[in-house]
Amino acid sequence: MKFLHLIWGNLRRKKTRTILTLLSIVVAFVLFGFLSAIKQALTGGVVMEGANRLIVRHKVSIIQMLPESYKMRMERIPGVAAATHQTWFGGIYQDPKNFFMQNPVVPEEFMDMHPEMLLSPAQRQAWLTTRTGAIVGRSTATRFNWKVGDKVPIRSTIWAQKSGSFIWEFDIVGIYDGKEKNTDTTPLFFRYDYFDEARRGGTGSVGWYTIRVKDPEQAPVIAKLVDAEFENSSAETKTEPEGAFVQAWAQQVGDIALITASILSAVFFTILLVTGNTISQSVRERTGELGMLKAIGFTNVQVLGLVLAESCLLAVLGGVAGLVVAWVMTSRGDPTGGLLPLFYMPYRDLAVGVAFSVALGLVTGFFPALQAMRLQVADALRKI
Amino acid sequence: MAGPINWLSQVSAVTQFGILSMPQRRGSAAAAVFGIAGVVAVLVGVLSVAEGFRRAMSASGSPDSALVLRGGADSEMVSGFMRSSTSIIANAPGVARNKAGPLASAELFVIINLPKISTGSDVNVPLRGVERPALVVRDNLRIVEGRMFEWGKDEVIVGVGAAREFAGLKVGDQIKVGRYSWPVVGIFSASGGASESEIWSDAAVLQPAYHRGDSFQSVYVKLSSVDTFNQFKDSITTDPRLNAQVFRQTDYYAEHSTAVTKLVTTLGYLIASLMAVGAVFGALNTMYSSVSARGREIATLRALGFGSTAVVVSVMLESIALALLGGLLGAGISYVAFNGFHTATMNWQSFSQVTFALAVTPPLLVQGVVLATLIGSVGGLLPAVRAARLPIAASLREL
Repeated sequence: MKFLHLIWGNLRRKKTRTILTLLSIVVAFVLFGFLSAIKQALTGGVVMEGANRLIVRHKVSIIQMLPESYKMRMERIPGVAAATHQTWFGGIYQDPKNFFMQNPVVPEEFMDMHPEMLLSPAQRQAWLTTRTGAIVGRSTATRFNWKVGDKVPIRSTIWAQKSGSFIWEFDIVGIYDGKEKNTDTTPLFFRYDYFDEARRGGTGSVGWYTIRVKDPEQAPVIAKLVDAEFENSSAETKTEPEGAFVQAWAQQVGDIALITASILSAVFFTILLVTGNTISQSVRERTGELGMLKAIGFTNVQVLGLVLAESCLLAVLGGVAGLVVAWVMTSRGDPTGGLLPLFYMPYRDLAVGVAFSVALGLVTGFFPALQAMRLQVADALRKI
Repeated sequence: MAGPINWLSQVSAVTQFGILSMPQRRGSAAAAVFGIAGVVAVLVGVLSVAEGFRRAMSASGSPDSALVLRGGADSEMVSGFMRSSTSIIANAPGVARNKAGPLASAELFVIINLPKISTGSDVNVPLRGVERPALVVRDNLRIVEGRMFEWGKDEVIVGVGAAREFAGLKVGDQIKVGRYSWPVVGIFSASGGASESEIWSDAAVLQPAYHRGDSFQSVYVKLSSVDTFNQFKDSITTDPRLNAQVFRQTDYYAEHSTAVTKLVTTLGYLIASLMAVGAVFGALNTMYSSVSARGREIATLRALGFGSTAVVVSVMLESIALALLGGLLGAGISYVAFNGFHTATMNWQSFSQVTFALAVTPPLLVQGVVLATLIGSVGGLLPAVRAARLPIAASLREL
């Protein structure tokens, strides 16, 4: 570390150049942060609690309904701890642009199945006693400025009431928070008993089931048992882990991982070129000085280290600054206005970003450093 | 002050000078060029996704066709009609007719889960049941392989897009829906429209498999002319027996493409503007080093009487030339890499997949090159000013 001032001095030799290089690295890492948030928004939402949960849907497609009676049959399968169901309501609040999910559920079963949704005991109790009660996640409540006690009318695109009206009115009795950052707090949940009795048509049918298994290790076996249970019935099922279900849903949009990776590699390749070029240029300019250092007793390895340390310092400074900027910018949330509810940068990607910045420093510094190390003292000094 | 001709010759002399000495700064010039090429390629690439999707959706409808959905339904997926309603719609005024009757097709629109070939994961593939007039209502349908399905028979035909993107849809394959199994007997094209992502069968075959009784989800009609749309619409929406809404097909598809195109273009511009900022820094770096490497030459020219504006302009020109080179390279790369590339994505409104080809159009390419020029001018401006302000005596002394 005693050479730190030397490295620092070298970086300050051409301030404009250093600052410009630094800024382009910052930009690259801001972009990295944004892409990781985009990727998170499109593929995320797989919660840790979900490891022991399976999703059961109709084998042909998710739009076909399953009988409500499947719950009992599922719970009799060995290894299944509990089963509960949800149904797609497809509602619109005021304007189709205000998209968020609303599903009828059986409150107690549902809350037990999803411990990642935090609801105060008083609000939970209120939900159990209010037939038209609904709970809504924090982000949607904030978005529409809903308070407990509000009545919200939602027009379903699918379900009519017995009166023929597609407008359903719910009493907001609770607002739930997410235990983790990647818990989606946009959906609204209301009571299935109210829904089932009031709907015209479809009585006794539900959209899909969530199963909790006793032992996550056994999940694949249990998934097969569930599908076998309903084989050759009029509604055959397909059971998969919640994580796989969510992933598959995101894959419908396209191969996001691939797109993100290809944009990032284009960006990093570009930055690599710019930074690498700057560093090798600054080493070339300093040939004489490096020769001098060697002449006064610096070893080859020390010279190599000196140049590498310079490039790494530059890359890490820029990388960390960029990640911080990206962090601050993405923490303001969804830039598209509702299309990406889980838009944020995960901690994991912060660590990956720092690792990338170190790698960037090593790669860009490598050839100039090698060049500096191989420098012959006599040749270097002759150029002065 | 020298005349304009003299000034021009000064500019060209300094520019020539800068460009001819470029090989000496190969590394930094190449870094700037490739940096800008990267920005342009990414911008054009991302926008070509949105453009391709929009094209596929807009090729789907013609202005003289209309689509009828249940009131309140925002897509075919959640719509529904009994046969009694669909026949009222078919016989409404404004609908074109031929010898067989009105050109109206009551249709079912459902989805079936099939694996996507590229990722292996299950996606929602649209499956449409149609009536006989469907082929006249959508006159762009062509069978390109195999044959048309036979009416009333358990057979399906598959759009070229669907056959390419999803597994198990070749002629001769079987599609399993519950206890039913239907052979694929043909592949069809539909001028690149969204129908190419679909699987088609006779509606009467689909109804029992999806427990739909004698109900449908939408009615597609051919209007007797483009102008009868309002007449048709009014008669449907004022009929007390119906609860329905009417769309011109072109409007319906345009609206369905907005969510995806908005998402893609927002993200695309966001990424490209960030990258452009990065590329400006790259260009600045290159031009600063170009100017500082030529400090002596510039000072000599100034001492000989060259004006400072000539120096500014020529440095800017050099920067823009590099940027243009990068922009053209990027545009070329994006055209070769993305144009016509086939892919599929989810149409959020109908919950189902739409296959489409990425479209790198001339306006997108122009946009890319304009962006490159902007980057070049911004990146060249400050170094140009510095070059013009170099103290002549001090620079000459650095010999």
